[in-house]
Amino acid sequence: MSNVYDYLWLIPVLPALGAVIIALFGPRFLKNQSHWPCVLAAGASALLSFGVFSAVNSEDPPPTSHNYGTWFRVSPFTEAEEPKAEPRRDVEVAVDFSLRADALSAIMLVTVTFISTLIAIFAIGYMHGDPGYPRFFAEVSLFVAAMTLLVSGNNFLLLFAGWEGVGVCSYLLIGFWFTKPSAAAAARKAFLVNRIGDFGFILGILLLWVSSGYYLDYDNVFRVLPDDPAITTLVCLLLFCGAAGKSAQVPLHVWLPDAMEGPTPVSALIHAATMVTAGVYMVARCTPLFQVAPEAQLLVAGIGGFTALFAALIALTQNDLKRVLAYSTLSQLGYMFLALGCAVGPKGGADLEHSLVTFAVIAAIFHLFTHAFFKALLFLSAGSVMHAMGGIDMRRFGGLRKVMPITNVTFGVGALTLAGCPLLSAFWSKDEILAAALGASQQSASYGAIYFLLFGAGVLTAGLTAFYTFRAYFMTFWGELKLPPEAGQHGHSSHDTAHGHDHAHGHAPAETHAHGPVDESKLESPPVMTVPLIILAVFALGIGLVVGPTELFAHFLEKLHKTSGFPEATEHGMNFGVMGLGTLFALAGIGVAWLMYVKQPELPGKLAASIQGLYQVSLNKFFIDEIYDQMVARVQGFAEFCRTVDQEVVDGLVDLTGEVPRLAGSLFRPVQNGLLQFYALAMMLGLTVFLIALARSL
Amino acid sequence: MQEYDLLLMSLVIFVPSLFAFGLLFFPRGYEEAMRWWTLAGTALTLGLSLCAFISFKATTLDNLTGRPADIRTRAQLEYRAAEADRLADRKGGPEQRTDKQNDDWVARRPWIEPFNIDYYLGTDGISMALVVMTTVLSFLAMIASWNITKFVRGYCILFLVLETGMLGVFLSLDFFLFFIFWEVMLLPMYFLIGVWGGPRREYAAIKFFLYTLLGGVFMLIVILAFYFTDIRDFKKDKPPDEQNLSKEAKERWYEPWSAEGTPKEAVHTFDLVLLAHVGREASKIIDSRDDSVLVRARKALAEEKDSNKQQILKEKIDRLTTKWGFFTSEFQIATFLLLFIGFAIKLPMVPFHTWLPDAHVEAPTPISMILAGVLLKMGGYGIIRIAWPICPWAAKELAWYVALFGIISMVYGAFTAMAQTDFKKLVAYSSVSHMGYVLLGVAVWPTENNQFWSWGMNGAMFQMIGHGVTSAGMFFLVGVIYDRAHHRNLNNFRGLYEPMPLYAGISAVIFFAAMGLPGMCGFVGEFMVVLATWNFSKAFAILAALTVILTAGYVLWTVQRVFLGTNPAYKGYRDIDLRELSCAIPLVVFSILLGVLPGLLLSWMEPSVTGLVDTLYRLTASAK
Repeated sequence: MSNVYDYLWLIPVLPALGAVIIALFGPRFLKNQSHWPCVLAAGASALLSFGVFSAVNSEDPPPTSHNYGTWFRVSPFTEAEEPKAEPRRDVEVAVDFSLRADALSAIMLVTVTFISTLIAIFAIGYMHGDPGYPRFFAEVSLFVAAMTLLVSGNNFLLLFAGWEGVGVCSYLLIGFWFTKPSAAAAARKAFLVNRIGDFGFILGILLLWVSSGYYLDYDNVFRVLPDDPAITTLVCLLLFCGAAGKSAQVPLHVWLPDAMEGPTPVSALIHAATMVTAGVYMVARCTPLFQVAPEAQLLVAGIGGFTALFAALIALTQNDLKRVLAYSTLSQLGYMFLALGCAVGPKGGADLEHSLVTFAVIAAIFHLFTHAFFKALLFLSAGSVMHAMGGIDMRRFGGLRKVMPITNVTFGVGALTLAGCPLLSAFWSKDEILAAALGASQQSASYGAIYFLLFGAGVLTAGLTAFYTFRAYFMTFWGELKLPPEAGQHGHSSHDTAHGHDHAHGHAPAETHAHGPVDESKLESPPVMTVPLIILAVFALGIGLVVGPTELFAHFLEKLHKTSGFPEATEHGMNFGVMGLGTLFALAGIGVAWLMYVKQPELPGKLAASIQGLYQVSLNKFFIDEIYDQMVARVQGFAEFCRTVDQEVVDGLVDLTGEVPRLAGSLFRPVQNGLLQFYALAMMLGLTVFLIALARSL
Repeated sequence: MQEYDLLLMSLVIFVPSLFAFGLLFFPRGYEEAMRWWTLAGTALTLGLSLCAFISFKATTLDNLTGRPADIRTRAQLEYRAAEADRLADRKGGPEQRTDKQNDDWVARRPWIEPFNIDYYLGTDGISMALVVMTTVLSFLAMIASWNITKFVRGYCILFLVLETGMLGVFLSLDFFLFFIFWEVMLLPMYFLIGVWGGPRREYAAIKFFLYTLLGGVFMLIVILAFYFTDIRDFKKDKPPDEQNLSKEAKERWYEPWSAEGTPKEAVHTFDLVLLAHVGREASKIIDSRDDSVLVRARKALAEEKDSNKQQILKEKIDRLTTKWGFFTSEFQIATFLLLFIGFAIKLPMVPFHTWLPDAHVEAPTPISMILAGVLLKMGGYGIIRIAWPICPWAAKELAWYVALFGIISMVYGAFTAMAQTDFKKLVAYSSVSHMGYVLLGVAVWPTENNQFWSWGMNGAMFQMIGHGVTSAGMFFLVGVIYDRAHHRNLNNFRGLYEPMPLYAGISAVIFFAAMGLPGMCGFVGEFMVVLATWNFSKAFAILAALTVILTAGYVLWTVQRVFLGTNPAYKGYRDIDLRELSCAIPLVVFSILLGVLPGLLLSWMEPSVTGLVDTLYRLTASAK
């Protein structure tokens, strides 16, 4: 294949086709073979993505974008009627189906399709026997299509189309077990919170549309920056509003923990590895805008750093394994935004020559890349645990390392990586983020102190991350073997049990042993689930070491300087001081967790009792949900008010108008009383009045 | 064949009526045959309208060599109508006023000659889009009518007459004819709601009838006001010796400001195209522009030596400066307001919208589909075809207020929809909200020298078509579930996905399309309107964008309340059946197709819309 654009369009189209095929034929014909179109399409897209990647990486990279056709176009105005009229700028407003193959898109495509394929394979085992099996794979396939469109689109509207597409898939998949009211509510909440973000996003696109001369292709938008720096800052803030919604940054983070109502492969794919990073991708894509808006960058970094710390604090006390991971995702996304926010020039953004812009963005994307692997790994391992235990409350099981050896190792690897254990992948990426924050604090003229504070928050979060990750790991896999009664039924608890957070796998009744003793040898998951786990584990362990210190990753993304308006990268050696500090905090976190949950398991309870207030605040997620509930209640109250006004006032007036003829009629009705004498009297009176009038006028 | 455009357009309008007449001869008891006959009638109309569409596209847009600007000119109804008039003048003189051209999609026959009323039909991209949408929706609504069992013959006759009325409104170019069709559509609708409706059908039907009639009365006042305007300056007599005149003299002859050729008798007209032309001249006169008739006639008077012609010019100037006459701002604003309110009732615009939820709730499902899908569009069409072109000066002056009411409809409709518990009422209020976009898109008349208005107008047209698809779909889907559950209370549904997965899937597509998801038909129109609004008023654009959150709010809440969860009471429901599918699937296909490839519609609709915007915008552009 000579030209990358001959097959780039297939990457979103194949999974979309897969989704259509499953939707049409799944329920009737494919049934429990419905995974094939999804897995094959995702796999093919992954292969094609590697093709794109290698083409972009080659000596002779392809052109940055290619236009396949027009989505919609309006070309206003013919020529002026009179030639002397002032010449008008002929504004043709067109939105193209135009795809882009640059380093950023390529790396995102590879990440998304590769992880999607692995997770789809995992789901074959995990979702086995679910009544909605075809639906699940149709929706996952559609998701892959939308997500690849999102990262490969070449203008803001295609980005937005993919953006909303993944939103819908996320909505459908969170509500996959729709019979559970909590799942239905979580789905709606996710979509609505995202829509709040989209509100900003749309306005940002509008501003860009105006400032870019009405053509939304990236290259054009970034070439024609808004004249007024205030407008640039505003655009950046609005775009970030959208990113914060999609990537669940404070205060729009509330939907992500609830989104864990969806099946675990979905949590792994959409709500950890790929979709939630769309916001990071978008801000990274808009680096040419953000780099000249230091105030917006400060907010991005601030929100990012705050979310990192805030979510880590909540994760400390959660008892639900998936929720711990969800808050950890929030926290890691916060890291990415912290890095993105550090992409500022030294003098308030004016001088980009020696800035760390590219370094910071690469750090964020690098973390996005490694995070996708280890977080997917952690979620899938958690899924494996749930598959065996039939529930997810960590207090109900323990010591699983003996009965689920493979899962123990894979979760352990994921936990070590997330904690930032030296030489594993997150170690490299997190170090780069911290180094970027430190760099920004030294470079930023006016906001150095704030950036240093954020650096501190980042380091502190590293320690907390290590603690809560290993708290979860120790609670689940170490200590005494403790199994809940529903374990071993492969979840067959389904929607009915109180703790069936995640389960609708209805294996054939013959296989389930309802209340029999737990067969410990059968708890480990089948190979179709463990093999993807092992692959992911290998990547989580090694990918950072392979591409991080060797700077392969950085050099690849530095190509963006030539194609996508990024400033030239400057050399940044490794910062061993930051590395050492990060490692110290990580090891301390692990140590404390070991002390509290392995050595002296009674310690956490005592500690919680002694700081009851703080513990409750953390356990209840800082009561943010309650604040939102209040706001929603207000909106609904106003809606109710509108309805009353409509019914009573507006329609009341209409009905009142309708009564006017009747009223008028009833005024004059007594006149027509049917009495002949009365009529005669009236006639005589009338005649008299007439005659008098006549006489007077003469 | 001579004049197949006239033939085809007339057939499209009257074939439903012919089929309605045919229904009279069915013996009692053959209800099923009557239904099939009616379906065949709507199908034939659909086929004819497609023929008309293809041939219209081929003759007016495709087979043209020339620049895009030429195509756009040709897409203009006004241009083609003027050409046709000129040709008719050349051949038989204005007294015959027939139009023998067969590929210009304008056709005129004298009808009631003493009053200058013509049977005058014509189409362009704007009306063609609505005609095709009407025939498609009528066909689908007839499929949805299968379970009507009461007075089948009467139902079918009224249904077909209704279709004639709707198509006539979209195709007529004579204001009188337009008004006749407008009223023809009204009466069947009254009976369809009042006889086949729900428990409060009488109330709803009379409310619908009176409200629309009120709008019709306003329109009638305006029709008469226009008719009694003497427009003899704009409808010149033919020169007696045309061949011998020089080119300049001939041009001067037809100029409205020149003394030559001005008829001695007063001329009155119902011709919408001519009225639009006069309306634009009125706008120029009110703005006292140099190229206005008044200024040029005064100039001509100053130069004129011939006392006869001086007299004619003096009279002309008197006519153009009459107090309270057509060419004054007061008259323009008064007629515009009357027309606008008449159409806004139909649209419906807050605060004239309360007939809509009542009518929808009581009307049977297929009639709700027609009501939301087509009847509301007649308001938008009237604004685009009549109110704006004929009273451009007032429209420009009041554009901001119109846009404001558009915004109010959008936000208020969305909030009110959110609080509804009746499924049909919710969809009805969502219509109010969605039609607000139409008003907004039409009204974003630019104040500076920019051209985003055509985005707004195109967006408004696209939104009308898109809303035709989604609202008809939503009402149909509500009907499907009403047939099974026999109630529409949103709080009592829950868990319909389990027994009816296919139905739920289709509903999800239609509802998401209504929500304006990118890649579906609701998005394109809304997005174009919001973009155009940004250059008109930032605050309006922000409010318009805010509406997307509210829309998502009530749509998702509805989906959650109806489909999600589990409910043992509905476990035994049968899923959507073949007949229902054959109605729903085309709507699903349209809602995706128009979103992915809006060019299918925009490519041939846009030249007409943009041309209209261009014509109107010129009035302000060079005024300064």
